[in-house]
Amino acid sequence: MTHPVLSWALPIALGMLALAMICCLLRLLKGPTAQDRVLALDCMYLNGMLLMLVLGILYGSSNYFEAALLIALFSFVGSTAMAKFLLRGEVIE
Amino acid sequence: MSGQPMALWVEIIVAALVLLGAGIALLGSLGLLRLRTYFERVHAPSIIATMGCWSIMHATWVYFSVQGHGLAVHVLLIALFVAIAVPVTNIFLMRAALFRARRAGRDDVPPSLSGPSSGKDS
Repeated sequence: MTHPVLSWALPIALGMLALAMICCLLRLLKGPTAQDRVLALDCMYLNGMLLMLVLGILYGSSNYFEAALLIALFSFVGSTAMAKFLLRGEVIE
Repeated sequence: MSGQPMALWVEIIVAALVLLGAGIALLGSLGLLRLRTYFERVHAPSIIATMGCWSIMHATWVYFSVQGHGLAVHVLLIALFVAIAVPVTNIFLMRAALFRARRAGRDDVPPSLSGPSSGKDS
């Protein structure tokens, strides 16, 4: 172990982020309305992006940065498209 | 764990920032799960996009800068993009929810500003 502090702090952080994703998943499955589900999916995208950044620190590789950036991009596009669909009933008018 | 050994205070800073960000992410997701109405719930994930994202971003660039890849500020791109994109998404979602609540005839939402014909506009 070359990093005595990080080698126990990072798995704890990964566990907390996984628990956060489970909370979002419960809201996604339970959410009474459609906008609740879209909000929970957006929150899951954010948590997954943070998970990717923490994994990048854990493995010491900067390749995870591109994955996190792509997740952020798809989160924006997907959530905006779904919110537009909820607002108008169609995505492209 | 891989990479070269670092000074202990750098590790403590990175670990504290990562734990703070993960804790805030957990707090925001618990808020999303536990709050009662949609208009309360829509505020909860915002702390993930601000404080949680910025904490983990700072931890990432401190770690990669100390590991010797130069000043690794490319992680700032993610935080800046999230800071731009998440308010836009949230405003869209809130307007959609308000529109659908007015369309459903709920009277606990404020009426539309542009006239009494509520439900026709967003």
